[in-house]
Amino acid sequence: MNSIQELFQKKDENLLSIYFTCGYPNLDDTTKVITELEKSGVDFIEVGLPYSDPLADGPTIQDSSQKALENGINLDLIFDQLKEVKGSNKTPLVLMGYLNQMLKYGEDKFCQKIVDCGIDTVILPDLPMIEFENHYKDLFEKYGITNVFLITPHTSEERIRKIDSYSKAFIYVVASASITGAKGDISNNQVTYFERIKSMNLQSNLIIGFGISDKQTFTTACNYANGTIIGSAFIKNLGKNGIDKIDDFIKPIIS
Amino acid sequence: MTIERILENMKSKFQPDKNGYYGQFGGAFIPELLYPNVKELEDNYIQILESEEFQEEYKSLLKDYVGRPSPLYLAERLSEKYGAFIYLKREDLNHTGAHKVNNTIGQVLVAKKLGKTKIIAETGAGQHGVATATVCALMGLECTVFMGEKDIERQAPNVARMKMLGAKVIPALSGSKTLKDATNEAIRYWIQNPETFYLIGSVVGPHPYPDMVARLQAVISEEIKWQLKEKTGKENPDTIIACVGGGSNAAGAFYHYMDDKEVELIAVEAGGLGVDSGESAATSQLGEVGIIHGSKTILMQDEYGQIVEPYSISAGLDYPGVGPLHAYLYDSKRATFLNATDKEALTAAYELTRIEGIIPALESAHALAVLPKIKFKKDQVVVVNLSGRGDKDLSTYIKHLEE
Ligand SMILES: Cc1ncc(COP(=O)(O)O)c(C=O)c1O
Repeated sequence: MNSIQELFQKKDENLLSIYFTCGYPNLDDTTKVITELEKSGVDFIEVGLPYSDPLADGPTIQDSSQKALENGINLDLIFDQLKEVKGSNKTPLVLMGYLNQMLKYGEDKFCQKIVDCGIDTVILPDLPMIEFENHYKDLFEKYGITNVFLITPHTSEERIRKIDSYSKAFIYVVASASITGAKGDISNNQVTYFERIKSMNLQSNLIIGFGISDKQTFTTACNYANGTIIGSAFIKNLGKNGIDKIDDFIKPIIS
Repeated sequence: MTIERILENMKSKFQPDKNGYYGQFGGAFIPELLYPNVKELEDNYIQILESEEFQEEYKSLLKDYVGRPSPLYLAERLSEKYGAFIYLKREDLNHTGAHKVNNTIGQVLVAKKLGKTKIIAETGAGQHGVATATVCALMGLECTVFMGEKDIERQAPNVARMKMLGAKVIPALSGSKTLKDATNEAIRYWIQNPETFYLIGSVVGPHPYPDMVARLQAVISEEIKWQLKEKTGKENPDTIIACVGGGSNAAGAFYHYMDDKEVELIAVEAGGLGVDSGESAATSQLGEVGIIHGSKTILMQDEYGQIVEPYSISAGLDYPGVGPLHAYLYDSKRATFLNATDKEALTAAYELTRIEGIIPALESAHALAVLPKIKFKKDQVVVVNLSGRGDKDLSTYIKHLEE
């Protein structure tokens, strides 16, 4: 069974997932960040593969990605780092990157490597459904990998139903028509959209992300989904306060 | 789709399939956030482009506003020098000074048909930005242009023109601060403002943009055909030469000749300081299959798929990819890809200026710069697409005047 699905069987509400960028703030921080996040009680972790041109990301993740690349991070180093924590870390990891990284690395080689790292779930925001259907579905199945699809306020019901049928880990509910980056409160429009998705009674678990940043937005979003993902707000805190203060960021949100 | 259209599609190897692929290149690799926008365009563009209403308006604006047909000029002194009949397709004489306006007139009409009132665009040299700001002024639409900070510096006259035309110019501060990054910023803005129409400036981006832009630039080769027939008795030249950044002027100049194997197509990329210098934008020579701005194409990238920052003296050619049509023309060997360095382009620009009295855009100068590299046979008929004029590049030209 998919590792995230397994997680949902044990816990299916108020889940917190944290996104972080590999190789940030320092080249060797990948394993430390994962360890600290696990200690703080995060439910699952999104492992961000730094990319030179992250189209779906706002300034915070653009900057952390650029810094990580300047630090000298690359896919081979990341896979080595992830293998290091494979034995000790029990928190499920989800890989998030851009399609070109997999394409260039070699699709089969990429899939094999992530499986070797104990990862079975990927988020590739620029992988469109039609390419998934025509090619990647079979590739991923061969390796037992599950792809997470994004839906947005503008995704049609018909398309959401289709995505639901393809989803084995969860559906990533993008909180607004936006790139990543922390915003203020959740608006009434967003609530209407979350309610609409919730009322569709999808078979898949729902995780809300993009613009979730603190206790308040976490709590609100969790009313309409199984959990949320925090990215930019975490990266900002990490950049400012360092790895030692990860717990101080996480605890107030989940307590 | 009309029967004629279907038959025409079946005939040509160089039209995209229903998913926007030219061979293995193309597609629409966009985040879900952009799916509705791109889908709306995909569902409507052919119908709009082929409607009588659109055609009438488009043609009438090209004629009376842009000043088409652009002349096909036999450059006699240049011809003498290189021992061939060299014709210049004078896109530099278009309103706003480049081929870019053929596309912006067309797309702005498409945007209006789709009920859009806000337009965004990316620009490198600023020619597409100016052409977009111009048609927005003409149609009374709000216009926002993204431009790399480095390009804002090196193409200052065009920034001033855009502002005078009422456009908002937003500097792209990320990455290499050039065309690639301006395009990233435009796409990110589009994600956050899905009500806007993204008016792409070249045959790049997700399907259906490459095909739509190629169709709108096809007027260039449509005219070359009858102009050449008038002048030489034959529709076909032996050779067509055009520079390639994203590839729109080349796509337009090649379009109606792509299936005609006897016409040699030469695409000229920016060699920068030299293809092997590490400072170059010769994508076909330095790139491999990859995804950029929603399209699978040939891309300059490192072994991990990180996009490499290109370099060219010419802002309009300073792009690490090419459109998927060009990737296919390269891969299938239908077109020959050459390149010209900064220096060769500057030399060619001075040469054209001094013997023909025409100051070309730096981009177009790259196309001219391969003339000395080609061995022409007697009476060879060559068309060089002079994609734009050099007003915007004067400060660069003056700087090199002493050299
Ligand atoms: C005069 C001129 N020629 C060529 C280009 C390159 O674009 P494309 O390859 O799409 O024709 C530009 C782009 O700015 C331009 O301004």
